[in-house]
Amino acid sequence: MKTIQEIIKERILILDGAMGTMIQRHKLEEEDFRKGWFEDHPKSLKGNNDLLSLTRPEIIREIHSQYFEAGADIAETNTFSGTWIAQADYGLEKFVYDINYHSAKLAKEVADEWTAKDPDKPRFVAGSVGPTNRTASISPDVNDPGFRGISFDELVHAYKEQVNALMDGGVDILLVETIFDTLNAKAALFAIDEVYEERGVKLPIMVSGTITDQSGRTLTGQTTEAFLISISHMPLLTVGLNCALGASMMRPYLQVLDQKSTFGVSAHPNAGLPNEFGKYDETAEIMAVQIKDFLDEGLVNIIGGCCGTTPEHIKAIADLAKNYKPREIKEV
Amino acid sequence: MSDQTLATLKLSGLEPLIVTPQSNFVNVGERTNVTGSRAFLRMIKEGDFEAALAVARDQVEGGAQIIDINMDEGMIDGKEAMVKFLNLIASEPDIARVPIMIDSSKWEIIEAGLKCIQGKGVVNSISLKEGEENFIQQAKKIKRYGAAVIVMAFDEDGQADSYERRIEICQRSYDILVNQVGFPQNDIIFDPNIFPVATGMEEHNNNALDFFRATKWIRENLRGAHVSGGVSNVSFSFRGNDKVREAMHAAFLYHAIQNGMDMGIVNPTMLEVYSDIDKELLEHVEDVLLNRRADATERLLELAETVKGDGKKREVDLSWRNVPVNDRLAHALVKGIVEFIDEDVEEARQQFTRPIEVIEGPLMDGMNIVGDLFGSGKMFLPQVVKSARVMKKAVAYLLPFIEAEKNGVRSSSGKILMATVKGDVHDIGKNIVGVVLGCNNYEVIDMGVMVPFEKIIQTAIEEKVDVIGLSGLITPSLDEMVTVAKEMERANLSIPLMIGGATTSKVHTAVKIDQHYTKGQTIHVLDASRAVTVVESMLGQKKELFVNELKSEYTRVREHHEKHRGAKQLLSIEAARENALKINFKQEDCVAPKKLGITQFNNYPLEELVPYIDWTPFFQTWELHGRYPNILQDEIVGKEATKLFADAQEMLNKIVKEKWLEAKAVVGLFPANAIGDDIEIYSSDERTQVANFQHSLRQQTKKAAGQPNIALSDFIAPKASGIKDYIGGFVVTTGIGLDAHVERFEKDYDDYNSILIKALADRLAEAFAERMHEVVRKDIWGYAVTEVLSNDDLIKEAYRGIRPAPGYPACPDHTEKRGLFELLNATELTGVSLTESLAMLPASSVSGWYFGHPEAKYFGLGKITEDQVADIAKRKNESFEVMQRWLSSVMH
Repeated sequence: MKTIQEIIKERILILDGAMGTMIQRHKLEEEDFRKGWFEDHPKSLKGNNDLLSLTRPEIIREIHSQYFEAGADIAETNTFSGTWIAQADYGLEKFVYDINYHSAKLAKEVADEWTAKDPDKPRFVAGSVGPTNRTASISPDVNDPGFRGISFDELVHAYKEQVNALMDGGVDILLVETIFDTLNAKAALFAIDEVYEERGVKLPIMVSGTITDQSGRTLTGQTTEAFLISISHMPLLTVGLNCALGASMMRPYLQVLDQKSTFGVSAHPNAGLPNEFGKYDETAEIMAVQIKDFLDEGLVNIIGGCCGTTPEHIKAIADLAKNYKPREIKEV
Repeated sequence: MSDQTLATLKLSGLEPLIVTPQSNFVNVGERTNVTGSRAFLRMIKEGDFEAALAVARDQVEGGAQIIDINMDEGMIDGKEAMVKFLNLIASEPDIARVPIMIDSSKWEIIEAGLKCIQGKGVVNSISLKEGEENFIQQAKKIKRYGAAVIVMAFDEDGQADSYERRIEICQRSYDILVNQVGFPQNDIIFDPNIFPVATGMEEHNNNALDFFRATKWIRENLRGAHVSGGVSNVSFSFRGNDKVREAMHAAFLYHAIQNGMDMGIVNPTMLEVYSDIDKELLEHVEDVLLNRRADATERLLELAETVKGDGKKREVDLSWRNVPVNDRLAHALVKGIVEFIDEDVEEARQQFTRPIEVIEGPLMDGMNIVGDLFGSGKMFLPQVVKSARVMKKAVAYLLPFIEAEKNGVRSSSGKILMATVKGDVHDIGKNIVGVVLGCNNYEVIDMGVMVPFEKIIQTAIEEKVDVIGLSGLITPSLDEMVTVAKEMERANLSIPLMIGGATTSKVHTAVKIDQHYTKGQTIHVLDASRAVTVVESMLGQKKELFVNELKSEYTRVREHHEKHRGAKQLLSIEAARENALKINFKQEDCVAPKKLGITQFNNYPLEELVPYIDWTPFFQTWELHGRYPNILQDEIVGKEATKLFADAQEMLNKIVKEKWLEAKAVVGLFPANAIGDDIEIYSSDERTQVANFQHSLRQQTKKAAGQPNIALSDFIAPKASGIKDYIGGFVVTTGIGLDAHVERFEKDYDDYNSILIKALADRLAEAFAERMHEVVRKDIWGYAVTEVLSNDDLIKEAYRGIRPAPGYPACPDHTEKRGLFELLNATELTGVSLTESLAMLPASSVSGWYFGHPEAKYFGLGKITEDQVADIAKRKNESFEVMQRWLSSVMH
């Protein structure tokens, strides 16, 4: 079977869409987040989506399956908040291993089923490594700009725990995503590098930053190119952008990555910007028109969706992308 | 990978910095470096991170493309300072936009720094100094943190000092980095060591040339690698001659860049434009840099003398240059000659295996001679301070070598923390004590002025100091010292506490401070010359005996004070008022000023002040006792006093000619009348609106028959008399501009001139007060239009009228300054501000009241009782407790 590094040169790979949007469709209640695992937990757990891999695994499996059916090559594990830092709000630091291990394992099982059905289109699982809810470069206290709510060492510790569990569960790729603070991402990469050295195994790494506004900078103020330079010390499968902006607004910054990156380029935009109710309005058709621009310009190697996207969006994107050659990866 | 890609160094802050073979030289800002900038060090030591950020911002605005940050300084927690500063920079987009260079010789500081930067920075530096294993480990970590690295040409055998060693070490480092660590070639930056040239040592003649050649070789043979360096090193031999240094830097850079150096640490203010260098100078400089002729160094040294602009030729006896190097060092130390110290120290360094041995050996031997001579009264303070300067320069020369080798820790006799307490800005005495202790091999941590007790105690604990020395000049500082003592007790400290400064005394120490600090011993130090003996006794083997003697002495002092207190009879404030001075006021004695209100003086000509200087206190500052001018002929101190006086005259000349200081003053004359012990000051001669008050304190000591109990208000006609009277006030300063010069001297380790200029500024301020008083008497107030007095008469104050200053004997109440400053709008008009303890800032300032009545005279208030304190508190609308605190030094 071909490796993902080989396949990425041959065709544009499709990443799946939003997990949260799909979970919302199930209208889950508090007990769904507790079932079998956290029945007596003292804190409310509703909304802690990562737990569903443990408490309602069949729902998560079904979502992965729907995305694969829509044409996704890569499914992201349901582990966006799978660090002790993010789980600390729920008092579930101790369950970080279980969340990541089981999320990875069930995603991998679904992927293998689909690969078995169509061996010419092997399916992959990317372990989703989120940004945590704290930032290493900004003080949470406006009156004390030198203060930090989290240290680099704590981040490395948290990420190592998550990465080890994801790898134990069998992921094929690690995806450090929704990076609003590059220092957090550097801690994640530092952790990954250490884990790789300890395990003697190296998986491909995808890194995806988030440009939060139209000045073209991350939340912590870096330009797209500065962000790229700051994470280029690791050999990456792709560097890309996700979340925050819809596809059309993301385009100028993808162009920067296209020009400057010696790695592959990925994009998984939101289905537009959220409306006043926090919902994403862009239909699959509207989004596909914008994605077509990316493809016409040859900007990407991996394309998918973030908040608000569904299997319908992914199907529209996949159907479109089939007709295009991937971006040429210059030199590695 | 193409050569272009391979040779491109990419760095980032918030924005990218791409260095390609086509890029111009990358200028690394060097001012955020505690080892290179005294000013920056002071900011970090004082925790003034706002100012430190301003330095960083300035550099970026001034064009620095990377900022080098270094916190390697024994007196600060380098790791903590690095982290704090980097975190603060992260919140400043106009600074954080450029990449950071984390500069440290300590790996733990480097690593702590790497954990703070989101961009891709540069580590400065690592090397093979401690072997391959260490090197590989550090390089691997740096790669993992995502930074570029500067590699010093340094290995297990030492720093590369020849072309061959440079390329050998760089090649080896490169191979390890690329092949074993997998470090990206284009992230490797070599620093092939910029060493001084024209040192007089033949083996240094090729220092620049070898650097150029090594640079070229690196760029041609080590694909992708870059070359950087600290340029100012090259001109080390010409410190003090900026013109030559600037030319050397420019010429060096020119050739280095030609050979492929693509980035470097350069002080843009110390850089001439290559094409603007005087042709003759350039030729001589390049002769040296490129080692083009055997006599290049001599020729440049010769030329350097002339371009210094000084041009004065003095006959100097240089026969001492012929003795062995250890004797030369001793001679230089005793005589205070800095001229040859670098080359002598270098020569000595070659003779020892470790640079630290030069300090512990010949330099300390020399300083011991100085210490003995001072102790036996054969040397005087000005000389000792000059010796200290030589020592500091010698140590500064050795420091890079000591730091370059591990464990180069200097053994000192003990660590002494020195601080001027919170609210006080006076530091001449403290600095002198620091110098004297430093000369005696004590490590002095000087925390500067206005130091709050928390910082003193925190530093004492963190630095594990052996003694704390507190200094202060104004009376509120006495109270602050009590606070420090109490806090030391609370912090469970038990180290000795030394008390010094003009208003401190053995009695005050014994009665007010000693008993608050029971865990350790408090001791009053009368002057700088006693400091060493005291510290030696407190830290030596006979400490117990000494402390016991001290304790019984202080007990005696307390008992005596108690008895004395009982014996001294004080009147109640009512009784004292009964015995007030009753002047028979007449309107003709209360002259109406020619000009009422405020008169401001900016940029007052300094040359006019020089004749008004009273030199006697100047000599006292230096602990040379005697009256001027007789002191110059004094049998014992005459010779040194004469030398000091000559140095002072020379500097005074420069101060005046080159306008080092700015003199500013405001004087004001106002209608006034007394009501009891208060003086009402009116905004106009209508006398309807009270602009402010002068609240006088009255003597309460029981007087001999016919002697009055005086208060300042007695010199002003009572309101009830119907006589129109007047009062004046003034604030003068000559301290503006002083800091820059002090900093300049301190940067050059020149305590002598730093103390000298402060002492002169103080004298000028007093002279200015004297001069202003004269202008007021003759002109603005004009009650003594025809007065003709000699300077001696002026000093003896043989004129009509007085100018008592708040905080001084007639008016010990510092809080009077608030009203005075308000009345004169003094802070705005002169730039002089008041600290929380009501010290004036800058320190070289004088303020006071003018009283013009023929019978007005100076007096000492003496002790007062609680009833007067309660009374004045009420008059001032203050609480009793607050006034008690301000007046504690005069309370019975």
